[in-house]
Amino acid sequence: MDNNPETGLSATELRDLSDIAGTMIPESPAFGVPGADDPAILGDIARSLGRDLALVREALAGIAAKSVGAFAGMDRDRREALINDYYAGGGAAGAALGRVILAAYYRDDRVLLALGMEARPPFPKGYTLEQGDWSLLDAVRNRPPFWRDDRSAAAGKR
Amino acid sequence: MAGNERVDVLIIGSGASGAAMAWSLADTKMRILCLEQGDWIKSTDFPSNGRDWEARRHTDFDISPNRRGRDTDYPVNDDNSAMKIANFNGVGGGTVIYTAHWPRMHPSDFRVKSLDGVADDWPIDYWALERFYDENDRMMGVSGLAGDPGVPPRHPPMPPIPLGKTGAHYAKAMNGLGWHWWPSDTTIATTAYDGRAACINLGHCTPGCAQGAKASTDITYWPLAIRAGVELRTRCRVREITTDEHGMAAGAIYYDADGRERFQPAEVVILACNGIGTPRLLLNSASARFPNGLANSSGLVGRNLMLHPWPIVSGYADETLDGGRGPITCLWSKQFYETDPSRGFVRGYTLQFGRGTGPANQAIIGAAAGHLPWGRDHHRRYRELLDHRLNIGVACEDLPEEHNRVTLDPVLKDSNGIPAPRIDYTISENTRRMMEHGIARAEEILTEAGATRLHASRTVLNSPGHLLGTARMGYDPERSVVNEWGRCHDVRNLFIVDGSIWVTSGGVNPTSTIQALALYIADQMKQRLATLFD
Repeated sequence: MDNNPETGLSATELRDLSDIAGTMIPESPAFGVPGADDPAILGDIARSLGRDLALVREALAGIAAKSVGAFAGMDRDRREALINDYYAGGGAAGAALGRVILAAYYRDDRVLLALGMEARPPFPKGYTLEQGDWSLLDAVRNRPPFWRDDRSAAAGKR
Repeated sequence: MAGNERVDVLIIGSGASGAAMAWSLADTKMRILCLEQGDWIKSTDFPSNGRDWEARRHTDFDISPNRRGRDTDYPVNDDNSAMKIANFNGVGGGTVIYTAHWPRMHPSDFRVKSLDGVADDWPIDYWALERFYDENDRMMGVSGLAGDPGVPPRHPPMPPIPLGKTGAHYAKAMNGLGWHWWPSDTTIATTAYDGRAACINLGHCTPGCAQGAKASTDITYWPLAIRAGVELRTRCRVREITTDEHGMAAGAIYYDADGRERFQPAEVVILACNGIGTPRLLLNSASARFPNGLANSSGLVGRNLMLHPWPIVSGYADETLDGGRGPITCLWSKQFYETDPSRGFVRGYTLQFGRGTGPANQAIIGAAAGHLPWGRDHHRRYRELLDHRLNIGVACEDLPEEHNRVTLDPVLKDSNGIPAPRIDYTISENTRRMMEHGIARAEEILTEAGATRLHASRTVLNSPGHLLGTARMGYDPERSVVNEWGRCHDVRNLFIVDGSIWVTSGGVNPTSTIQALALYIADQMKQRLATLFD
């Protein structure tokens, strides 16, 4: 079976990835966010597999084996339970699958805007960081020095 | 093999120590050349320029060379190590991808044998380095606040980074416990400084600062050193140091950008390749005269590797905090730094207080810790985590042990066919007790701060990347590799200035001390130019 030159995945693997990603992060009208199987997000995931391709393929195969090839046909509760169980014990393959899905999902404009964040890179605008309450330091300022001065006869005592 | 024109001083490696060395020696007007295996990194290359900024922390800006896999990287076999190796190969070296946390060693760190009866004292003390710490602080540009009772006096030239919501949250908890805290010294510019723009809170300091507010030596020391006449040649990977008939270093054989083998003759050779790269190069420089590796009559080249075990303890507060906006580290505590025998271990640790992270990495961290489920409950739980994260690092001192070492891997090689380093490293019982003590204290702090979902990572993958101790300094040629001013006992025109020469590791980020040591050694060399090889 030919693999997509851009993603490295076969059509079957891409369909499996869609089923799995949509189970891992489903669409939520309540929170106003798409699922990770949204075409734009799924495309981003697939294009960004890069050095994780082999591990992600291993994860897809592992999940397929765990579901005896019937993942898409399982009911939602069983799919979610299987995915959570696989991720918890999936080692490097499960971690890679989770990482690539999350990295693409949480840079989607719709997801970021729903979180109240700006859909932009950090640079060049940056962010505001408040100074905070420096009077909190007053409790520490008046402590006597307590580092050990190796030049004093008392070095070693505190 | 193509040969080059002879130089007076050949520095190998352009990172923290190599850059400081080059700048300091430049005023001698000697002909100085630095060979660097990596590239210049442009500010537009850094991840925070793009929407994929968080993902690139796990790809081409990962701190693990094995994961990063650039063609300028060399592989490291760390399969038999409890901690994984981090570095960066490019102009600026590890300073390009460090957190810019800037503690100094304490005076007691240089006298661990005298004060605590363990390991060895250094052949120099804090006070010999003090003026070089100060000079380096000016050169790198340090932000901080004088008056900390937990450390010797120092005077950072810029005000500290803001506490923010997260820092203030920690501070209240620490005051409630009656424990020491202080705003961290960092090399993140809080004001315009020496051509650098002030920090704008990109919040993604580790994989390079697009703003240029974080000091890395490619934007601090190197422009000045180059202006003073030092030549820096990139994409030059050194294979070995050669010696002449007198047993003196003759120069270096390296591969240039086109893969051609070249020989660079030099009067003096200075290694600044970090605690893994330097022993690798010395071991790869074995010859009939030096069959166990260059400068290795003591057998200590590669031994006593120290990596700083660094548990991270995290939790989540109810309040909305800074999240990933702002420099990562905001406070330190020296409450448990100095030895207290009642704790059941010797030596101590710094606590480092961190802010949160960006949205994707928050999800990745949360899922890995078991706090973020997959499925319908994902979105609700995620919103309880984002911008609520607190995390405390326990920066533990690990003591030198000869079985923790760097050797040459019998199989693994880099893209030029040069044998790669192999790491064998275990965490000692003293350090394990220290780690558990620190984890318990961090949990107390987080609990005092009202945090829940506490989680402790005992060793964090690829972190912190402090590579120390593998060519230690000392007076005795049988018990050390270099003398008290960085010259190899066995080869009198060969110097080492990176973290390899550390005798013990302290419980702090090392870059400040690595650079102070390099400036100290440069000063010693300049004072002895007429008798350098005697």
